[in-house]
Amino acid sequence: MSSARSELATRAADRSGQWRHAAEALVIPVGALAAAMIVFGIFMAALGQNPLEIYSLIYKGAFASAFSWQNTLSRAAPLILTALCVALPAQAGLMVIGGEGAVVLGGLAAAIVGHLLGGAAPAGVKVAMTFGGMLVGGLWIALAGALRQYRGVNETISSLLLTYVAVALFNHFVEGPLRDPSSLNKPSTASIGGANMIGNLPGLDVHWGLAFGVVFCLAMYVLVRYTTYGFSLRIVGGNPRAARLAGLPVGALVLTACLLGGAAAGLAGAVEVAAVHGTANASLIAGYGYAGIVVAFIARQNPIAIVPVAVLVGGLSASGGMLQRRLDLPDATVLVLQGIAFMLILGSEALYGRLKPFRAETA
Amino acid sequence: MSERVGRLDRRELLLGLAGAGALGVLGAAGRAFGADKLIVGVIYVGPRDDYGYNQAQAQAAAALKKMPGVSVVEQEKVPETTDVQKTMGSMIEQDGATLLFPTSFGYFDPHILRMAEKYPKVRFAHCGGLWTEGKHPKNVGSYFGYIDECEYLSGIVAGHTTKTKKLGFIAAKPIPQVLRNINAFTMGARTADPKITTQLIVTGDWSLPVKEAEAANSLIDQGADVITCHVDSPKVVVETAERRGIYVCGYHADQSALAPKGYLTGAEWSWTTPYTTHVKDAMAGKPMTNFMRGGLKDGFVKTGAYGRAVADHAKKSADVVKAQMMKGDFVIFKGPLKDNTGATIVAAGAAHKQTDVVLEQMNYLVEGVIGKV
Repeated sequence: MSSARSELATRAADRSGQWRHAAEALVIPVGALAAAMIVFGIFMAALGQNPLEIYSLIYKGAFASAFSWQNTLSRAAPLILTALCVALPAQAGLMVIGGEGAVVLGGLAAAIVGHLLGGAAPAGVKVAMTFGGMLVGGLWIALAGALRQYRGVNETISSLLLTYVAVALFNHFVEGPLRDPSSLNKPSTASIGGANMIGNLPGLDVHWGLAFGVVFCLAMYVLVRYTTYGFSLRIVGGNPRAARLAGLPVGALVLTACLLGGAAAGLAGAVEVAAVHGTANASLIAGYGYAGIVVAFIARQNPIAIVPVAVLVGGLSASGGMLQRRLDLPDATVLVLQGIAFMLILGSEALYGRLKPFRAETA
Repeated sequence: MSERVGRLDRRELLLGLAGAGALGVLGAAGRAFGADKLIVGVIYVGPRDDYGYNQAQAQAAAALKKMPGVSVVEQEKVPETTDVQKTMGSMIEQDGATLLFPTSFGYFDPHILRMAEKYPKVRFAHCGGLWTEGKHPKNVGSYFGYIDECEYLSGIVAGHTTKTKKLGFIAAKPIPQVLRNINAFTMGARTADPKITTQLIVTGDWSLPVKEAEAANSLIDQGADVITCHVDSPKVVVETAERRGIYVCGYHADQSALAPKGYLTGAEWSWTTPYTTHVKDAMAGKPMTNFMRGGLKDGFVKTGAYGRAVADHAKKSADVVKAQMMKGDFVIFKGPLKDNTGATIVAAGAAHKQTDVVLEQMNYLVEGVIGKV
């Protein structure tokens, strides 16, 4: 009887602990963001701008209408996928920042597959292009993971340097052997053909990359949180030696985490080709891989938090245009806000477990 | 002037915001921004003050701001992705723009084409010359200039200035537009002395400042004493040449301020001509001019003022050719013309006038250029 009561009490305490955790994870970043807005406002006021006008323009540019929402979401879509390329290897304790390489090679792979299968049934071509992009992107990041696992090469440096290799390979193929001779002043691969384009989400002017990204994030959240694979991955991330002692296949776990992350970035590239450009060309090298790093860090490497953070970053970039056009502010304005927010959110990590209302009573 | 009006409108817009609900605001914003004005949107791929491609476009945008009845909205550093589609959409939906100048070459396909289909009443004027009758929509137009004329003149000045007989050219990509400039520059230089050669370095992309500086230093180390370039921003090339004490010809916009000693002249765009034509057509409701080209005599391109290092005989030689170009009877690419492998490109007696589309497929380097396509 009494033991049952105590068990109930522990459970209740557990539950309230969980709630406290969730509330803490929400309040701290939102607070940091609010602080960033205030600091940014002071900065803009110092430059002679009215901060309230700036806030209202940011809101209007990013979230005030159906059009601005679509603007925001279409900018967020690639970032969701490239952020996963940072967040998944991070579960296993790897800091991969070379998602850009997986994006461009994934895009190139999709363009090649799309062109080679040109005449086949469009549905099949679309599937082949997305999987082709994912496979190549995944293998590329797995290469950085393997270098770290089996050769002791720092994966942060190697993935970054591999990006330069990827871009060089991409340019070589696009401007050389795979160039469509009719693409005179903008070297591109041959078109995948209009029928094979995957296009926009129904009723929206946002491409399918958004849906892919959200689904990918949900799936990865479940994988990391609720499966033994995810649990093992997090043990490796916490302490690889302990994981090895416990008999976990550390190498395989590291490689698959990189493979999955790279697949997400490769998918981003494939979507750029299959939904936007229709060919692979230099426009693909747009820095999505790097922008994803910021998103992943603000989301604290949590796959599910990536979605709202990417929407926020996409919204800021959408409203950056508004600030430029209405107030003649330079493009860097929004980067300043992003930078302030990034620093404060990272700095706020130190607050976890230190704020009184969220501290568990140690009874 | 127009800016002040713009700011007033913004205040009205804020008042409107206070009153109207969040959703109603956007419609009102478009109207408030310029009820009876033509709103023109200009989009740049890089910074507006890059001393190069984007600055040349921004100068024309600045000229539009002085026109009565025109209000200009600008956005810089817009990548060639869906971002530019959304930027065009924002200018149309949120600012009420009805004439757009999305200036980067890579904006055309698929971005401008998609938006032109979606907004058939909005005019899209693109820099680059890709519009094809029957294939592309009527609310899209392209404008471009025969800047190889200015390159030829720069080449003449460079040829008369060089002492080492070695010139240097730093190029972004070996595409037809760029090859045409390299070739014209070299041919102009070799009118001064057929022994002159142009060493070519291709960096691989439009904006790689570090590589461009390395290329400039490498060319100078190899003995080149006049260099020029075709990249988005010639800034570092011009600055490097000045620091190393050699001569330089500019490109895109006026860079003379960056090299007061070594700047000879430059090939510059004069986009005000096509911009004002498009604006006037739009205001008068005339159909859009879909294919707009011009050279020196049409005011689409111009040469930079001669720097103090340019000798009188160099000026005189260049001015003679320039006068012929202004009359419209000078042909740059005429036979006999050989490429740098010795193969004949244009037979003796044949000539390609500027409008000849064969020139737009250029895939060779003329005799005198050291380098490979």
